[in-house]
Amino acid sequence: MTLLSVENLRVTFPSDHGPVEVVRGLSFTLGRERLGIVGESGSGKSMTGRAVMGLVAPPGRVTADRLEFEGRDLRSLPEREFRALRGPRMSMVLQDPRYSLNPVIRIGAQIEEALAVHGNLTAKDRRTRMLDALNAVRIDDPERVARLYPHEVSGGMGQRVMIAMMVVLEPALMIADEPTSALDVSVRGQVLDILDDLVKRRGMGLMLISHDLNMVARWCDRILVMYRGEVVEELGAGALHQAQHPYTRGLIASLPRLDETRDRLPVLDRSLL
Amino acid sequence: MPALRFLLTLAVTFLGLLAITFVIGRVVPIDPVLAVVGDRASAETYEQVRAEMGLNDPLPLQFARYVLSVLQGDLGQSVSTGRAVAEDLARVFPATLEMATLGIIIGVALGVPMGVFAAARQGSWVDQVIRVIGLAGYAIPAFWLGLVGLVIFYANLRWVGGPGRIDLFLDGMVPVRTGLLLVDSAIAGDWESFVSAFSHIVLPATILGFFALAYIARMTRSFMLEQLSQEYIVTARVKGVPERLILWRHAFRPIRVQLITVIGLSYAGLLEGSVMIETVFSWPGIGNYLTTALLNADMNAVLGATLVIGAVFVGINKGSDALYRVLDPRART
Repeated sequence: MTLLSVENLRVTFPSDHGPVEVVRGLSFTLGRERLGIVGESGSGKSMTGRAVMGLVAPPGRVTADRLEFEGRDLRSLPEREFRALRGPRMSMVLQDPRYSLNPVIRIGAQIEEALAVHGNLTAKDRRTRMLDALNAVRIDDPERVARLYPHEVSGGMGQRVMIAMMVVLEPALMIADEPTSALDVSVRGQVLDILDDLVKRRGMGLMLISHDLNMVARWCDRILVMYRGEVVEELGAGALHQAQHPYTRGLIASLPRLDETRDRLPVLDRSLL
Repeated sequence: MPALRFLLTLAVTFLGLLAITFVIGRVVPIDPVLAVVGDRASAETYEQVRAEMGLNDPLPLQFARYVLSVLQGDLGQSVSTGRAVAEDLARVFPATLEMATLGIIIGVALGVPMGVFAAARQGSWVDQVIRVIGLAGYAIPAFWLGLVGLVIFYANLRWVGGPGRIDLFLDGMVPVRTGLLLVDSAIAGDWESFVSAFSHIVLPATILGFFALAYIARMTRSFMLEQLSQEYIVTARVKGVPERLILWRHAFRPIRVQLITVIGLSYAGLLEGSVMIETVFSWPGIGNYLTTALLNADMNAVLGATLVIGAVFVGINKGSDALYRVLDPRART
């Protein structure tokens, strides 16, 4: 079943030298599966996520031939109805919990807020759901963590809190925008595990946005490789070695390996592109 | 333990303040002896009075004596009013306090929402209007606004009372308790005095409020703009939080600490810097008192008033420090 279908998505920002297209004609569909979007900084992958969420701030402009989510046309959706989708139907985990959690609101209250603005649960039910969500991201003592402020928890814990906040409403689509790049290597796998487990168990569609080709290959069913605002290649996760496009091949070649010694890592040769 | 530390720093700061006023008293070219004996006294009389006033003693001893007398509430005699300076200050300071407090209430009540809305609608006409108002607060001199206000609202429209704190025939009718006329007349249930006092205070307080508002709105706007570009605002939008809550809960809450500094400074500024407005409105406040004392070389009065203003400044600063801890969880740990 198709959750999200995007055709010819374009995101444009005005600049002194005329409009700049940061996403240039992107097309893909997403079902209840894990789709990885990889690309270097500035390739438009984050903007794609924000465009789907309807969170590209003016003066940025989003256009598409088709932008459908659960059968609804997002292009013409009034802001009020779009807001009702954000949270309960679609959600997004941001990169760095040090910046993405409000510093002056307790963790529990931030999670409960998602429940409070949608639907009419009682305070008691909200609290139960909040504690369940913290439990689901493998936080052992949710009661204590709920009382803490974001600066009192570690990065890995912060990102788990972020995930709890985004899954508490059980959305159908989850966008994860570089969910682990701000974290220590040691907790990355754990956070991804949790995310993956939740997505699988609740049957969500996942859009994993990252610059880390290996990570995406490991966690996703399908991979879109973006370069300069366009998709240059679409691959099954297992078929990474079959990549045809010189950009993808260049990306793969520039990854260091444990079992080899090289003086110098190959650099992407842009003259081929 | 933090409370003890707090009290200790407060004491040290206050001692520093006393040291400053003490030094000012020694270095200004006003001879306190001459002010007492007059310029036709003989040299012996002069020396005798000088010794009596303790001015020949070593400076540390003089300072210790000064600190001790201040702690006992003795700020010396005023040469120009003939009363104890402490007594004078107890009369004039409430007048200033009343006006400045009303001013800061107006400034905060209007300035903060204006700043928030200007930031929420950045670049819109609302924002432009609020920015122009903010600029006007910097550009327009206080005495000019005071005079124009008097001409329009007092002389022509007769909407407000004129200079002074209350209508002449009501002056001195309300028993003094706090020195704040609005409070005293309300306590006494004297509503005629209350209305009269209000009609006198409303114009100068609004003008002070306008200057506070201009500054507060400008700072609120820039604090809010900074907050609205933070990642956690995106998080709130991702959760589907309505814009109104994003503004007040997610963006405004974190800036409260910064705003307290701004409001505290602004309040302190109104308390010490309303000399112009007090002059224009013949307001018997501390600014007026200080100006008169300066012109009469009334050293004790100048130092006493300076000390009070300094103490208010220290107090407001320490008060906002204490509020930080309440409002910002990061400052607590």
